[in-house]
Amino acid sequence: MRKLLLLADEAIAQGALDGGLSGVYAYPGTPSTEITEYIQASPEAKEQGIHCRWSSNEKTAMEAAMGMSFVGKRALVCMKHVGLNVAADPFMNAAITGVNGGVLVLSADDPSMHSSQNEQDSRYYGKFALIPVLEPSNQQEAYDMAYNGLELSEKLGRPVMLRITTRLAHSRAGVVRRAPKAQNEMSAPKIDRQFILLPANAKKRYANLLDSQAVYEQSSSESEYNRFEDAADHSIGILACGIGYNYLMENFPNGCPYPVLKIGQYPLPRKATENLLATCDKVLVLEEGYPIIEELLKGYTSKALTINGRLDGTLPRQGELTPDLVGIALGVKQPIETPIPEVVKMRPPALCQGCGHRDMYEALNAVLNEYPNKRVFGDIGCYTLGALPPFGAIDSCLDMGASITMAKGAADGGLFPSVAVIGDSTFTHSGMTGLLDAVNENSNITVVISDNETTAMTGGQDSAGTGKIESICLGLGVPKEHVRVFVPLKKNFEEMTRIIREEIEYNGVSVIIPRRECLQTLKRKKK
Amino acid sequence: MKTDIILSGVGGQGILSIAAVIGEAALSNNLYMKQAEVHGMSQRGGDVQSNLRISDQPINSDLIPLKSADLILSLEPMEALRYLPYLSENGWIVTSSISFKNIPNYPQEADVINEIKKVKNHVLIDVEALAKEAGSLRTSNIVLLGAALPYLGLPEQYIEDAIRSIFARKGEEIVKLNLKALRAASNK
Repeated sequence: MRKLLLLADEAIAQGALDGGLSGVYAYPGTPSTEITEYIQASPEAKEQGIHCRWSSNEKTAMEAAMGMSFVGKRALVCMKHVGLNVAADPFMNAAITGVNGGVLVLSADDPSMHSSQNEQDSRYYGKFALIPVLEPSNQQEAYDMAYNGLELSEKLGRPVMLRITTRLAHSRAGVVRRAPKAQNEMSAPKIDRQFILLPANAKKRYANLLDSQAVYEQSSSESEYNRFEDAADHSIGILACGIGYNYLMENFPNGCPYPVLKIGQYPLPRKATENLLATCDKVLVLEEGYPIIEELLKGYTSKALTINGRLDGTLPRQGELTPDLVGIALGVKQPIETPIPEVVKMRPPALCQGCGHRDMYEALNAVLNEYPNKRVFGDIGCYTLGALPPFGAIDSCLDMGASITMAKGAADGGLFPSVAVIGDSTFTHSGMTGLLDAVNENSNITVVISDNETTAMTGGQDSAGTGKIESICLGLGVPKEHVRVFVPLKKNFEEMTRIIREEIEYNGVSVIIPRRECLQTLKRKKK
Repeated sequence: MKTDIILSGVGGQGILSIAAVIGEAALSNNLYMKQAEVHGMSQRGGDVQSNLRISDQPINSDLIPLKSADLILSLEPMEALRYLPYLSENGWIVTSSISFKNIPNYPQEADVINEIKKVKNHVLIDVEALAKEAGSLRTSNIVLLGAALPYLGLPEQYIEDAIRSIFARKGEEIVKLNLKALRAASNK
């Protein structure tokens, strides 16, 4: 069979489809977006009626996936690492209820923060929820883990996490497909009152989750993704998680001279881990993200043992691993001075020429320059680039939706003018409830919902609120005369600045909606 | 064989279209390949790169180690220089000579070109002029790929076949145009 050339994201999508998937639920977020996009573009998925529309946010996605599981079908829910914070409530509690149909929770971490606010490690969430976590080292494993993971979840009766990082998510390689499995038929939950987390029942379910930990450890011990490769030189033992394994082997083209325990499924397989610790003089832990395993091992055994990794400086505490960093940690490479010629300048990303956000920022800056104490609370999207020159227009970027609530809190504290800038998709993701808070207290804030009718930063996915933004604001109680719409274009500069000035001067909640379609989506439509 | 290639350019220039041709060539000839791409924020006019590795043996790392790339293939001259620490001692830089200026502090073009000329093995080509000559400015990326043919470690036939297969659905005219563009640099 000819291999398919797939990103790991796409391999996961294909693996889930072939593994009997009935629905994917997700909100776009780099580096996880391509999974859902692949399923949306798959003719086979369409033919079989696999659910694949975007959700409003990661929490609604996770909950909908649990609904699909409730009726016995298999669901995949996808998000970037910080999206799991949004979905944390249903995620943690889904571990207590357990599943009926299999649920695979895909969380894509972004060490080195290529496109994110932090580099949090989702494996902590897996451990926090006490559920098994899968972590592939290559694209084929990514496919296999999605293919088998749905069934594993069903067999264990819990959601299973699939954790990847940017480097693998956005790297392509050849992948071999397996025989497609049929979707599940509808079926009722098998355990009595499994999904009702009233305290009396939740206690039973939690006790059951705790009892299951030994089963998960056993599953890890038997897992094909955890493998011990012995070698002659026991002066170092290496525990290599996920793609850390690739960087290790890159340094030893003719085979690693040290024993290696390759990890692809957590919790750690206890016997194999203890064996590595017992038979090697010291252990080097290679893990992408936080030093979760290194920390664990340091308290894992009574034997006085040296554990090297990110905590003791053998590897950097921050940022993603590279073959060079791993080579230096192993002593087979020397640090290389990196002579990039001086003539090379930074080339940061920027808003596209002609983008509506540019016109919005120009008008906003023009008006706000009249106020000495102005502050603008930003949000997550292309318009976050308004923080950079030539605009320097925003003072914050915390998390999805925080522009409105931070502006409210700052206004509560006495700031005037207090302005929020948020995009349409981010507004429906997490901004609506904050706007309701502001309306309920008639906070003196001005909210700019810069509407380009798409989720632009991640590549132009459908935006849940397209065509509904004004009605949502009115429904939440913003006065009709203070919901103002204009088209952000240079020729409308007078109108834009007049409206912005009027609404800043209005003492209460006002919403300004500059609306013009994203140039990138427009260009694609014209093709 | 084993070839490690760094593709570079500015977000939107289309480095991934070049990667797609090389990828097709590798996969349809049962070679191993790994190709790490950059998606997301950087695509908005920032610097972008892709690590492309081809081999007849299984490949471990998705990333190319420092000082080991056989080829830097760049759609923009300053962007070619950004990845110099990855170039192996005998590696080649093949780059478009045309600057893409979307930053206020872009250096003097002559300084950039001089810096490239300091690299032992380099090919600087005016891809736009050659693409126009071949029949369409839209074939610029294929012109650049053509200039790199001697350094890919793949038979040229593989690349020609890949172009045929990738452009087939756009019609025979487009296939011919791109094959002509592929030859544009070597005919000089």
